[in-house]
Amino acid sequence: MSKLVSLTMAEARKGLAAKDFTAVELVDAHIRQAEAARPLNAFVTETFEAARAQAAASDQRLAKGQAGAMEGLPIGMKDLFCTEGVRTTACSKILDNFVPPYESTVSANLKKAGAVVLGKTALDEFAMGSSNMTSAFGVVENPWKRASDPAARLVPGGSSGGSAAAVAARMVMGATGTDTGGSIRQPAAFCGITGIKPTYGRCSRWGVIAFASSLDQAGPMARTARDCAIMLGAMAGFDPKDSTSAPVPVPNFEAALTGDVRGLKVGIPREYRPEGLSAEIQALWDKGIALLQAAGATPVEISLPHTKYALPTYYIVAPAECSSNLARYDGLRYGRRVEGKSLDEMYAKSRAAGFGAEVRRRILIGTYVLSAGYYDAYYAKAQKVRRLIAEDFTKAFQTVDVILTPTAPSAAFGIGETDDNPVTMWLNDVFTIPTSLAGLPGLSLPGGLSADGLPLGLQLIGRPFDEETVLRVADVMEKAVGFDAVPALVEG
Amino acid sequence: MSLDKATVRTIANLARLEVRDDELDHLAGELSNIMTFVEQLAEVNTDGVQPMTSVAAMSLPRRADEVTDGNCRDKVLANAPEQQDGFFLVPKVVE
Repeated sequence: MSKLVSLTMAEARKGLAAKDFTAVELVDAHIRQAEAARPLNAFVTETFEAARAQAAASDQRLAKGQAGAMEGLPIGMKDLFCTEGVRTTACSKILDNFVPPYESTVSANLKKAGAVVLGKTALDEFAMGSSNMTSAFGVVENPWKRASDPAARLVPGGSSGGSAAAVAARMVMGATGTDTGGSIRQPAAFCGITGIKPTYGRCSRWGVIAFASSLDQAGPMARTARDCAIMLGAMAGFDPKDSTSAPVPVPNFEAALTGDVRGLKVGIPREYRPEGLSAEIQALWDKGIALLQAAGATPVEISLPHTKYALPTYYIVAPAECSSNLARYDGLRYGRRVEGKSLDEMYAKSRAAGFGAEVRRRILIGTYVLSAGYYDAYYAKAQKVRRLIAEDFTKAFQTVDVILTPTAPSAAFGIGETDDNPVTMWLNDVFTIPTSLAGLPGLSLPGGLSADGLPLGLQLIGRPFDEETVLRVADVMEKAVGFDAVPALVEG
Repeated sequence: MSLDKATVRTIANLARLEVRDDELDHLAGELSNIMTFVEQLAEVNTDGVQPMTSVAAMSLPRRADEVTDGNCRDKVLANAPEQQDGFFLVPKVVE
């Protein structure tokens, strides 16, 4: 394995500037790693040839002193971002031949910054899932292995599981994710990497295939807080094409990494210690609190009283928006079409053939909670509880600067080890969903390994548009944790 | 909350999703489980709480009513399952 794939983006940027290696060499090394790690199934579509050409163009810009912020750095693009001329599937059969005639704002921003896209990474179908098992293009495998059972194949988490696996396996230096209820943070935790869901409105949703529009937000996944800062800076920015894009300037996120958290108040929400929380997760959280304290921050116990209602709220709001958004797949303008005797039958047959079980389930729930006679009892009620959940955070942030919690209630589980009850699967997102409902920035960083050798994540939550504090604290914690474990596949 | 097969059939029809008869029992069970789970929201007092439709603390932006795009018929049609003479082709709707 080439040493080039072990570099962080910050290191590679220095190496490129110093002409220690070229962008072509850097990209080639990652392509070789991506080829070696193909059995993980992290990519739905590889674009290696285009990547080599982009890398050559990057070298020319580097030589002319015109390098962008991510010039020559190889990344993966979640297959939910529309990419002009490159198939974009959302890992659904209904879009298996869809070739967008336009480019999403976020992917365009990244290309403009010089990032080199190695391919489209896998996800749960339409980003609905926490395991990557709902993809119509096969499961993605986590590069990490249990010490006690190295033969077991583990999930990378979801929905941005292909992105997380590709970053962890050193196939790319970073990858885009999207997060609706935890889809960046939970896979980042499962794969031992860092990922941040920025504040709702920070990154444009234009050209990102929609799941739940009031929650969906794009963000970076990489191996360090600094790399996330570099990549978020390239992705973010006001976009008039997205009416919820925030007209606020993009700060220099990297400049926020001062290494100093002295005097910072860190909220520790008591509701995130539910009965039955594993001792291992509890211990990880305590370790995170202790090392922030050692760095000069002050832990403060806080209460977020409506936490337990976040999951049921989410599973009304998200399916409602999903059923509305996915109404566009009608077999007429794009996507799969199955003929029927009437127009309605054609719709129904096309959609039945194109959507998988989890997507279908959410469309049905969403249709039900929005239907006449149930709207007020379910949808309007959930929107009210959502406000109470958001207000819990507003109150907490009057006394604390950032909040620390575990990212997920467990380490990565095995492919096929879950039961059939969808609600059990949803519990994966119990710590990440409240942040999404409140639209706040949330980051997951590796906090350590489980007794069985698997990565566990810690989550940092910040005030609206204060990704800087979140990244600053993450950078300090990352240095204190000193997480240097790598998946078996990378060692070998 | 328990959803019966007839309700599932009605929802599926509203959602334009074909569901086979032999799937109805299983779906009714699954959806009933989910509805039972979300029903705990009923215990939250939300008197006087305004529904939250967006977390973005901003009003809906407006723009001038101008044509900013167009002349891209072929791109619009590029992914159509069926097209003819520059139009989307759809099944007959009016007899």
